[in-house]
Amino acid sequence: MTTVPEPRRLLRLGRGGGRGRGRAGVELSGREAFALLIPAMLPIVVLSVAPLVRGIYLGFTDSRAGFGVKTSFIGVDNFQRLIHDNLFVNSFKIGLIWAGSVTFIQFCLALGLALLLSQPLRFRWLARSLALVPWAMPPVVVGIMWKLVFQPQAGVLNELLYRAHLPGSNIDWLGDFTWALPAVILVGVWAGMPQTTVALLAGVQSIQDELHEAAAVDGAGTLRRFWTITLPQLRPVIVAITTLDLIWNFNSFGLIYVLTLGGPGHSTELPMLFAYNEAFKYGEFGYAAALGDAMVVVIACILVFNLYGRLKETTR
Amino acid sequence: MIVSSRPKRARTFQYTALLLYMLFLAFPLLWLLSVSFKGPRELVELHPHLIPREVTLSNYTDALHGDIGIGDVTLLHAAWNSTKVAILTSLLTTFVGLPAAYVLARTRGLLSRLGLGWILLSQMFPLILIIIPIFLLLRTLHLTDSHTGLIFVYVVWTLPFILWMLQSYVRGIPRDLEEAAMVDGASRITVLRTVIAPLLAPGIVVTALFAFITAWNEFFLALVLLQTPSLTTLPLLLARFVGVEGIVRLGPLAASALLATLPSLLLFTIIQRWLTRGLLSGAVKG
Repeated sequence: MTTVPEPRRLLRLGRGGGRGRGRAGVELSGREAFALLIPAMLPIVVLSVAPLVRGIYLGFTDSRAGFGVKTSFIGVDNFQRLIHDNLFVNSFKIGLIWAGSVTFIQFCLALGLALLLSQPLRFRWLARSLALVPWAMPPVVVGIMWKLVFQPQAGVLNELLYRAHLPGSNIDWLGDFTWALPAVILVGVWAGMPQTTVALLAGVQSIQDELHEAAAVDGAGTLRRFWTITLPQLRPVIVAITTLDLIWNFNSFGLIYVLTLGGPGHSTELPMLFAYNEAFKYGEFGYAAALGDAMVVVIACILVFNLYGRLKETTR
Repeated sequence: MIVSSRPKRARTFQYTALLLYMLFLAFPLLWLLSVSFKGPRELVELHPHLIPREVTLSNYTDALHGDIGIGDVTLLHAAWNSTKVAILTSLLTTFVGLPAAYVLARTRGLLSRLGLGWILLSQMFPLILIIIPIFLLLRTLHLTDSHTGLIFVYVVWTLPFILWMLQSYVRGIPRDLEEAAMVDGASRITVLRTVIAPLLAPGIVVTALFAFITAWNEFFLALVLLQTPSLTTLPLLLARFVGVEGIVRLGPLAASALLATLPSLLLFTIIQRWLTRGLLSGAVKG
């Protein structure tokens, strides 16, 4: 990380490249660009790139918390231990169920909302502002808020069920083995609505009106235009935002920490909670890092899968 | 865009859907608000009402007068910690990110492509992988249980997003302006200071406020790095309060949660129009 290749080579000089006369001074020279990048690059390399590399490596060691503990390379031992660790397998299963369902439900809801918000409806400013609120809230507060909603006796959810004479009005949603996961998924959907809605809304608004008008002239109905114009035109945005959502959700931590701490009985223990406990409760740094490595593999699979789909689409 | 052949029925459907969305989005917020204004007796009632029968401010006075603290740490103390950390993070990130964002926006060499790639990549890997080595590094420097260490980590952690925002704002400034100034003989630094900076000012403000909100709301890194109670930030205090006794004392919990959200919500309201515009210019082809 200390040897830096000659900057001039790294920065292929911009389009000017000494063509016209007044041009050469306008483009950033390699040295200038390098000097401007340094203040940001230094902390990123020291506190982000290097730790990432070291973190990946730690997964292959027996590193433990505590001063002066010797760390040695142990190959794939951690990973063999992981495979036989039921709690680990469980946390990944829950992580995938959580990330998959939150992303899917969120996508459907956000797409509907984005389509509505692109219509000239009254009160759409209110809906738009409401949809953005979760973005501004600390995940901890979102967790606390929904904890109040889910309260078994004093919560609004059970009261609503009771008044509507629906079953389930005495369920302790977050303390129940069957219902805890669906309950936190609902919270995940609520908390992630803003980003998805904003991205999809921007996508919807960038579709040219002429396309819809032309199709309407040709006699295509609402539903048909949605399938043949809106969805295909949105495809790049959809791929990008669902990929990001999947990864963000798979990595999420704060919400669940406040809502259930992974309980009851590990039934909502996402990979990050499991890793946090291993690292900072039991001091198993090496093991937790190995878990992080495994998460990277899953995330890489999500990426490759989605990018492959995208590639196929563009080459067709 | 969806123009129905039967407009009236379509409109009714659309308004119903919009109403349902608003209910889903708003009802947890309204409930939080309602709980925060209820007295202790009404809070334990078996069949709660959305509108408190007796509105009381006692939860807020409890929250503000140190009754929810962990040890000696009060809500106001934690708020002061959060303010300090968030302001310094915001200033540092913006300051460090600005020159780099300019390069990312204006050159297309290997370095800036690497930079943009890193911005994307940093959104994806699990935090656990970098927090353990950072923890080890900060421990060697005796910075783990300190605001300085936390701010360092926050700066790096917010940088990718900040760089992304800033560079999209820079892209919005026409190159011709710079070229004209340079042809007139101005140096690069002068151009950056007198041409770019003033035009970029609104973008810089929005970005700095966004960095503030991000640091204000952050929980995981603070949880890992801070141990001393007197250093506690707001999200940390609230999470501990839930763990210790929050579930018994719903009223003060709701009030403090609301108070803790107020600053970021206010700032977010101010910047949201520019925020969504800045984030998505370039991300979605128009």
